[in-house]
Amino acid sequence: MKKNLTTVMFRGTKAQEEQLYAVIDEYRDTPGALMPVLQKAQDIYGYLPYEVQRMIALRMGISMEEVYGVATFYSQFVLNPKGDVAIAVCLGTACYVKGSGEILDKITQILGLPSGSTTSDGKYSLEATRCIGACGLAPVLTINNEVYGRLVPSDMEGILAKYK
Amino acid sequence: MIRSHVLICGGTGCTSSGSLKLQEAMNTELATYGLQDEVKVVLTGCFGLCALGPVMIVYPEGTFYSNVKLEDIHEIVEEHLLKGRPVERLVYHEAKSEDIHHATSLSETTFYKKQKRVALRNCGVINPENIDEYIAMDGYAALGKVLTEMTPDDVIQTILDSGLRGRGGGGFPTGLKWKFASGNRGNVQKYIGCNADEGDPGAFMDRSILEGDPHAVLEAMAIAGYAIGADEGYIYVRAEYPIAIHRLEVAIKQAREYGLLGKDIFGTGFNFDIQLRFGAGAFVCGEETALMTSIEGNRGEPRPRPPFPAVKGLFGQPTVLNNVETYANIPQIILKGVDWFKSMGTEKSKGTKVFALGGKITNTGLVEVPMGTTLREVVEEIGGGIPTGKKFKAAQTGGPSGGCIPASLIDTPIDYDNLIAIGSMMGSGGLIVMDEDTCMVDLARFFLEFTVDESCGKCTPCRVGTRRLLEILDKIIAGNGEMEDLDRLEELSNYIKSASLCGLGQTAPNPVLSTLRYFRDEYVAHIVDKKCPAGVCKSLLQFKIDADKCIGCGMCAKNCPADAIARTDYIAPGHKLASFAIDPKKCVKCGACMEKCKPHAIYKD
Repeated sequence: MKKNLTTVMFRGTKAQEEQLYAVIDEYRDTPGALMPVLQKAQDIYGYLPYEVQRMIALRMGISMEEVYGVATFYSQFVLNPKGDVAIAVCLGTACYVKGSGEILDKITQILGLPSGSTTSDGKYSLEATRCIGACGLAPVLTINNEVYGRLVPSDMEGILAKYK
Repeated sequence: MIRSHVLICGGTGCTSSGSLKLQEAMNTELATYGLQDEVKVVLTGCFGLCALGPVMIVYPEGTFYSNVKLEDIHEIVEEHLLKGRPVERLVYHEAKSEDIHHATSLSETTFYKKQKRVALRNCGVINPENIDEYIAMDGYAALGKVLTEMTPDDVIQTILDSGLRGRGGGGFPTGLKWKFASGNRGNVQKYIGCNADEGDPGAFMDRSILEGDPHAVLEAMAIAGYAIGADEGYIYVRAEYPIAIHRLEVAIKQAREYGLLGKDIFGTGFNFDIQLRFGAGAFVCGEETALMTSIEGNRGEPRPRPPFPAVKGLFGQPTVLNNVETYANIPQIILKGVDWFKSMGTEKSKGTKVFALGGKITNTGLVEVPMGTTLREVVEEIGGGIPTGKKFKAAQTGGPSGGCIPASLIDTPIDYDNLIAIGSMMGSGGLIVMDEDTCMVDLARFFLEFTVDESCGKCTPCRVGTRRLLEILDKIIAGNGEMEDLDRLEELSNYIKSASLCGLGQTAPNPVLSTLRYFRDEYVAHIVDKKCPAGVCKSLLQFKIDADKCIGCGMCAKNCPADAIARTDYIAPGHKLASFAIDPKKCVKCGACMEKCKPHAIYKD
């Protein structure tokens, strides 16, 4: 999966760093630890910028190539921070058949934001996701984990207005 | 003394439409009336009827409420639970009866009548976060029976005799898989894996089982561990399923506390424990070798087979890996016997199969039917048909690895072999219904885009081949296709199928091949007539205004972002204002005009 590199500056804190190192040490003897470590790291920072991957590689004693390889392989790992308003449109089959592609286009049109990116002020991010399993409500999108279902493109102006 | 139970669905579908808030409100409301010791609210797994969510059922009457809103809770508590008068307007219309105090049993409704719930038997029935409720439903009795009355070889023979085949897609006989991994018990470290990386978009049966009946999976894994001589199990579950993960964590903890996982289970000296691992959104990890590579902490790339996992699997040790739904069947087979299981299904596909019904269908949700049920029964009877009243065009099974079943084959009995014969596959059980508004070329492109995105990149036929297929489809959809492209699609598809390393590549061209097989005329329409019959492919569409319907209000022109609409000189008979027309050269096909047009004078051609 192609990943856009971030343009947002890294703002990690010392406390986050200590939390990360504690996680790595906890997994020291677990076989196959890199995946869970990356997952926890993403919980701590919200995303996995270069700086965090480097800390993981050094602390775990593995190559940066290995960390970067795994981080870019899985679509759940994000190298871009999510926006304060994180919009995710489901493009699972059930939603797609019911027109979620048009919903995505409409949001891009309103916000001027292509799918898979974050506005440079960090306010909005837009992504297309895999099936979130709410197929009964198709087409659906989530904004900061709030689910909106049975959408038509003309709903979007009203929904986005709530997050201005 | 509890006199009533309220079962609220806590599956992902209903949770998304607010069922957790309903539970909270219900508890508060009950406390206001002092009913908290008389009425018990239970959060269960998925009922199956996701389209009507949030749903709840009140026992002992069995009243089934659908589409319940927060503001309805007060009425349900005051009228039904306090005064004993069910709230008729909220009762699912099919479950209504003459005598409102004795609701029609849910199993009599068309949605449930033809279903046979084996893997889903406890979903929507028990509280998945309470092990005692599972045990009350004969839970862990199968594990007890296996450990105290059967030898490991007996267990394998039972599963072999039952004819159970893998529910994750391939349909490989489960017993055979176990048999291959059973050699050298006690001398070699072995593993049991559970594939809960349900990546097929539009499929959610594994999730619902984990959410509704997690102990069934734990129990079955322990049984498999005993059968092949493994003491460690891994469940690889998608990180996108937070509710399922939570319930698994609770279930594993409870099972350990009860001594049903861990050391010396049932005092027999058998040890077995389970760890959870979370996927991170890679479709290829549903392939068994890729899944194991991922548990090992690497990029989830598949490995060539042989060696098969039964010989050399997780961390290089013999491993049995089964899908969630396969496991959910196992305790039942042990308890009820081989003959019971074989009484359901067709000659070569025994038992039942769970399908996730989605797309253009009234009753979106989960259904479990005996193998051999026809597609017509599933779509028209259980699924309630197509809501818009449009015509059924095709159903897609098997997700990005499968194919479509056209209307002409709607009476095909669904089982593993029939689906393969008509160019699709069972897959994990996603079943997406499409009507005449779905463009089959666009659908093939949708799945191809998915596989291109999800191809791990290890082998060339899949990495490069699928991308080339996508480019050809893009060309056709843009209106630049030529007839030779259809031969190219077929030729390349066959190369990819025969030369790819793993299941993802070997099945990736299926959506293209099956749409070509059954809907070739649609491809031809795109190429020769430069038209999209379903009105989906934007490049081939023109927005037009029916001058005789146009009332000349100008809303379309006002909302056009490209200034492509202007007034003409023509005044339709009976109208006062001149009509508008769209300049096709300027039109960007956004559809904004069509949305705003009150007299519906704008159409796609």
